[in-house]
Amino acid sequence: MFWEMLKGALVRQSRKMFMVALTIALGVSLTTAMLNVMLDVGDKVNRELKAYGANITVIPRAASVLRDVYGIEASSGKTGQYLQEADVGKLKTIFWANNIVAFSPLLETKATVGSDDITVVGTWFNRPLELPTGEVVETGIKELKSWWTVEGNWINDADIKGAMVGSTLARKLNLQIGDSVEIVLPGGSQREALTVQGIFNSGGAEDDQIFVTLPFVQQGLNLPGKIGKIEVSAITTPENDLARKAAHDPKSLSLKEWETWYCTAYVSSIAYQIEEAVGDSRAKPVRQVAESEGTILQKTQLLMLLITGLSLAGSALGISNLLMANIMERSREFGLLKALGATDRDVLLLTLTEIMTTGLVGGIAGYFLGLGFAQIIGHNVFGTAVAINAMVIPWVIISVILITLVGSLPAMRMLLSLRPAAVLHGR
Amino acid sequence: MSLLELHNVSMIYGSVKALQGIDLTVEKGEWLALMGPSGSGKTTLMNIIGCMDKASTGSIVLDGVDFTDVTAGNLTMLRRDKIGLVFQQFHLIPYLTAVENLMVAQYYHSMPDEQEALIALERVGLKERARHLPSQLSGGEQQRVCIARALINYPMLILADEPTGNLDETNAKIVLEFFQQLHREGHTIIMVTHDPKVAELAERCIVLEHGRIANRKDRRIVCREEEVS
Repeated sequence: MFWEMLKGALVRQSRKMFMVALTIALGVSLTTAMLNVMLDVGDKVNRELKAYGANITVIPRAASVLRDVYGIEASSGKTGQYLQEADVGKLKTIFWANNIVAFSPLLETKATVGSDDITVVGTWFNRPLELPTGEVVETGIKELKSWWTVEGNWINDADIKGAMVGSTLARKLNLQIGDSVEIVLPGGSQREALTVQGIFNSGGAEDDQIFVTLPFVQQGLNLPGKIGKIEVSAITTPENDLARKAAHDPKSLSLKEWETWYCTAYVSSIAYQIEEAVGDSRAKPVRQVAESEGTILQKTQLLMLLITGLSLAGSALGISNLLMANIMERSREFGLLKALGATDRDVLLLTLTEIMTTGLVGGIAGYFLGLGFAQIIGHNVFGTAVAINAMVIPWVIISVILITLVGSLPAMRMLLSLRPAAVLHGR
Repeated sequence: MSLLELHNVSMIYGSVKALQGIDLTVEKGEWLALMGPSGSGKTTLMNIIGCMDKASTGSIVLDGVDFTDVTAGNLTMLRRDKIGLVFQQFHLIPYLTAVENLMVAQYYHSMPDEQEALIALERVGLKERARHLPSQLSGGEQQRVCIARALINYPMLILADEPTGNLDETNAKIVLEFFQQLHREGHTIIMVTHDPKVAELAERCIVLEHGRIANRKDRRIVCREEEVS
C-alpha cells in the first residue's frame, strides 16, 4: 500500500515533482561541474600559469654560492662553473618527471655587434630529447616561453647560424627578419655572421638579447657540452607549512613528514629531486612565480567552492519553497492520513520517500548535466576537456541528500505540526 | 457500562470558550444526533470525541479507556482502533481508487486486505466502481466510499460530520438509509447535522448553543427541548 500511495502521489503531482527534481538537478549539476573542474583545475590552471615561465632554475652548486654571496649570475660565464649538457635529460627521470612540462639549458655570454655590447644566449629551441627510458620528448624555450610573440620563425636547433633577436635590440640595431648580423664573441678573434630568423617580444629583459643555438655559443666559448643553467617549468602543488619547512631545511622533517613532502609535487620537493638527479647542481625555486601560482590556484578553488556552496544553498531554498507549497496544498490529504491512524513517523516516511525519490531522479539528471557543464567550462576556459573524477560521485550523493533534507526541513516541520482536526474540520 | 462518557468537558481557544462543561453519555448501539447553529461547538465536540483534539478540561472515557491525559501518539492509536470517521467533504485521497482508499485505512490500522475492502464496497453498493478514482464518482458514491472506509476496521463508534451536507436529496436518502441499516445492525453513531429531518432519524438528539448543551431530545419525544440545569 505504501508503494501504491507513493506511486500515486508521484504520478499525480508529476509536474510539481518535476519542478523539485529540476531544482535539485540544477544545484547538483553546478556542484558536479564545479567539483570536477576544481579537482582538475590545479593541473589546468598550472598549465595556464606556465606563461609565467620557469619556476625552477638549476645552476652549478659552486656558482650558487657566488650568486648568493656576490650576486654573480651563473649563466654569465663569470663564475667559471658549468653544468653538463648531457645531464639535462636526467630531469625527466625524477619521481615527479611528469610534472616537468618544459625545460631548456642556457649558456650566456657577452658579445659585441658593431660598437654595441649585447648578451648572447645559447639554448635549445625545440629539441627532441631521448630519455634514458627510451621516450623522446621535445623541449626548449619554444615550450618554456610560450607567451613570447614571434615575428618570423622560431629557430630550428640544427640551424647553427640562425638567431632570434629581442624586439628592443632589433629596433636598436635596426635589424629585420632575414638580415645578417655579425657577432664578435669574447676574445675578439671570432666573428660570426648570423641570420635573423625571428624577432620576439617577451615583455622582459630578454628583449635586449639575442638567442642562438646552444652549440653556437659552446663552440664560440670553447665550452663543448657545457651549460650555465637550466630553466625548468614544473606543475606544482601550492606551498603549505610543510613545504615551507622543507624548503628551509629538509633535514628538519620527521620521517613521515619527509615522505609526505617528497611524494607531493611541492616546488621545493621537485627542486630537491632535481638536485639529486643532476650532479653538483643547485635547483632554486623561483619563489615569486611558485607563490603566485599557488595563490591563484587557491583563489580559483575557493571561488569554485563558494559557487558550489551558493548553488546548493539556492537549490535548498528553491526546494524548500516548492515543498512548503506542496505540503500546504496537500494538507487535507496528510490530515486525513493522520485521522485514519497514520503516525507522524508514517506521514514523514511517506513524504520523505517521495522527496528522496524525486531527489534521486534530479540528482542523477543533475550529475550528467554537470558533467556536460564541466566540459563546457573546460573547453571555454581552458581550451581542453575536464577529466571526469569518480571522487565527485560521493560528494554529489551527499549534496543531494543535504539539499533535499535541508530544503524539506520547513515542510517537514509544518507536516509534524499539522493537526487533522484543523485541516479536516477547519478548526 | 456506557460506550462514551464525557464529564465536565471544556475547550478553550485563547479567550474563546468553544465548549463549556459538557456532560454526555452515549450507550452502545445508540444513534445520537448533534445539532446546533454554526459556532456552537459541534465540530469541536466531534473532534474531542474523535480523538483528534484534546479537551482543555474534563474527562472522556471511551469503551472504558480514559483518554483525558493520553499522549498524541496514544490518541492516534485510539482513533485508529475505535473510531470510524465520515466527513461532509468526503476527504478521499484523489489519486487512489475507491478500493485503495479503503485499503489505506486498513494499512494504517493493521494490514491491507483487498478482498475485504471489495466486500465493504459491495456492502455500500459500489463493488463495480471499486477501480474508479474519486473524481470519477458522484458525490453520493464518494460518501458511500467514505462510509465503507469508516467501517472497514470495525470501529466501536462512527462519527459522521454532516454526512448529507454536500449531497442532493436522492443521494442523501441513500446515505441515510445506509446509516439506518448500520444502526439496526447495532453500530453506535454520533452524527452532526443541521437538518431536523436527519436528526429525527436518530434515537436521541442534543442541541449545542454557545458551547453548552442547551436542549436534550429524546427520540420518542422527537427532539423535545429540555432545559439544561
